[in-house]
Amino acid sequence: MISEVINKIITNDIGYSFVKSKIAVISTIVFLTILICSTFAELIAPYNPFDPVNVSLLDAFTPPVWVDGGSTNFVLGTDQQGRDMLSTIIYGSRISLIVGFASILFAMSLGTFLGVTSGFFGGRYEIIVMRFTDVQLTIPSILMALLVDGIARGFISKSLHNDMAIYVLIFAIGISEWPQFARVTRAATLVEKNKEYILASKIIGLSNFLIMFKHILPNILRPVLVIATIGLALAIITESTLSFLGVGVPPTTPSLGTLIRFGNDFLFSGEWWITFFPVIFLVVLALSINLLGDWMRDTLNPKLKTR
Amino acid sequence: MVNYFFIRLIQSVLVMLVVAFVAFSLFNYVGDPVHNMVGQEASTEKREEIREKLGLNDPVHTQFLRFVGNAVKGEFGLSYQLRRPVSDLIAERLPATLELVFISALIAIVSGVVLGVYTGINRDGFLSNIILILSLFGVSLPTFVIGILFIYLFSVILGILPSFGRGEVVDLGFWNTGFLTLSGIKAIILPSITLSLFQMTYIIRLVRAEMMEILQTDYIKFARARGIKKNTINFKHALKNGLIPVITITGINVGTLIAFSIITETVFQWPGMGFLFINAVHFVDIPIMSAYLIMVAFIFVMINFIVDITYYIIDPRIRIKEEVSPE
Repeated sequence: MISEVINKIITNDIGYSFVKSKIAVISTIVFLTILICSTFAELIAPYNPFDPVNVSLLDAFTPPVWVDGGSTNFVLGTDQQGRDMLSTIIYGSRISLIVGFASILFAMSLGTFLGVTSGFFGGRYEIIVMRFTDVQLTIPSILMALLVDGIARGFISKSLHNDMAIYVLIFAIGISEWPQFARVTRAATLVEKNKEYILASKIIGLSNFLIMFKHILPNILRPVLVIATIGLALAIITESTLSFLGVGVPPTTPSLGTLIRFGNDFLFSGEWWITFFPVIFLVVLALSINLLGDWMRDTLNPKLKTR
Repeated sequence: MVNYFFIRLIQSVLVMLVVAFVAFSLFNYVGDPVHNMVGQEASTEKREEIREKLGLNDPVHTQFLRFVGNAVKGEFGLSYQLRRPVSDLIAERLPATLELVFISALIAIVSGVVLGVYTGINRDGFLSNIILILSLFGVSLPTFVIGILFIYLFSVILGILPSFGRGEVVDLGFWNTGFLTLSGIKAIILPSITLSLFQMTYIIRLVRAEMMEILQTDYIKFARARGIKKNTINFKHALKNGLIPVITITGINVGTLIAFSIITETVFQWPGMGFLFINAVHFVDIPIMSAYLIMVAFIFVMINFIVDITYYIIDPRIRIKEEVSPE
């Protein structure tokens, strides 16, 4: 049974090139490990670092286990409040991944909707949407996210800040990344809408909505998936940058960026592990998603195949 | 030409008006501006007086027009947190940011072009591969991580370069510069390299691709057949054409550098505009935020406008398209 499934995957075109690509396999394993660890953080992390019962100031600044003064209780050492670094990193990567996935989902829905509809309907609507994407593509996404975040902070009252911060962040990052999706899906829709099956569905009287989202959309999903993967890495980096700047998630639920920001204060006093482990974790996470995205782009791109 | 110029100009002005409206509504509708200025102690009469003085009782369109008028003159009111005119604050910090961006752009372009040409000519060389692998890392590492690693290596471990501030600054009256003192020059090294790395990797790839493409063309093959020296071909004939896209890309990337300077300035506590903006976001200091919003939008719109016009002048294809089907 299992061997049949494996056989099916390997004989499949994409599956075969996946198994053959070492980089793709390794980065998938790394990414899935991080994903699973952070999803089941309660079970996998040695401590719950945000439960005061587990935290003692007496344990603060314990170095990692292989350094003099390290303790086997805290493999990667502890931070200034005595929280286990490994646990805070696992919990922190959960926040980073949630924000990353949610914002890219938001960007994907918005961009794909605008791209497909503008490609399908054309006319003045298309010109306006594409003009918007052109203008926004010239603005770096980090700046866009910062500005949206700053403006949203202004409009939300101070008492709600901490509760709303994560949604504001998701909205800000999502808004900064939708144009990529709009541009690609519009181009793909333009190609797709002149094919015979779309003409046929028009003739049998299907509604525009059905044609766009039931018939065109499944056929243009490949490039959307590629952009979403690379966009996920970008979203995670943007989130950590904003959190590092102190305008991201509130300190009560730190993400990887927040952890790096806290640790940065202790770089000079010699407690390097408080910064370095979140940094390494963040870079490995972003790099694995990026490499996976690169592989997907090369494999799913029909243009490269025919060459 | 004149037509195209005006359409672009009107589009740019429209974008600026939209941005100005966002900044205006930010200023007027976020909290109570009077409350933000005088605090809780002021009496009701005093508040009403200030309200009248600021013109907050006027109709919205009059207020918006006045806001735009003031913005054109560079007046954005008082900072809530620092209690000083925003225009003064920006004038103080603009030199720091511009010096940083200028040096970064210089580093990015010079080393980007040199390394790009090298990797483009020696395609499969050992050193080329190393440069390309390093540039892949440069893209994947977030800017602030690069900054932290630099600080740890050069300031904490080696202790040879400062990790924050601008060093000693010389005031020239209209401009304060860090270029004239040793500590100022030392202070700019780490931030400018940090800021330039991402752009540098971008330019390396671009120049490399251009060089590889041009070296395949007929006129280069012909030059080789004529027995012209290799260096003359590479640097006199190929490089000249390879640099054209770099010029246009560089224009756009100045905007990116200004955006990323927010991060670099925060990591290195560089007293520039980006640092000012981040602090303003922390304290919801709206006059500074709206002023920064308008300034950055203005810089981006200007760059886009100039790049569009240059394209129009350089690339005849756009002109022909327009003459055939006027839009």
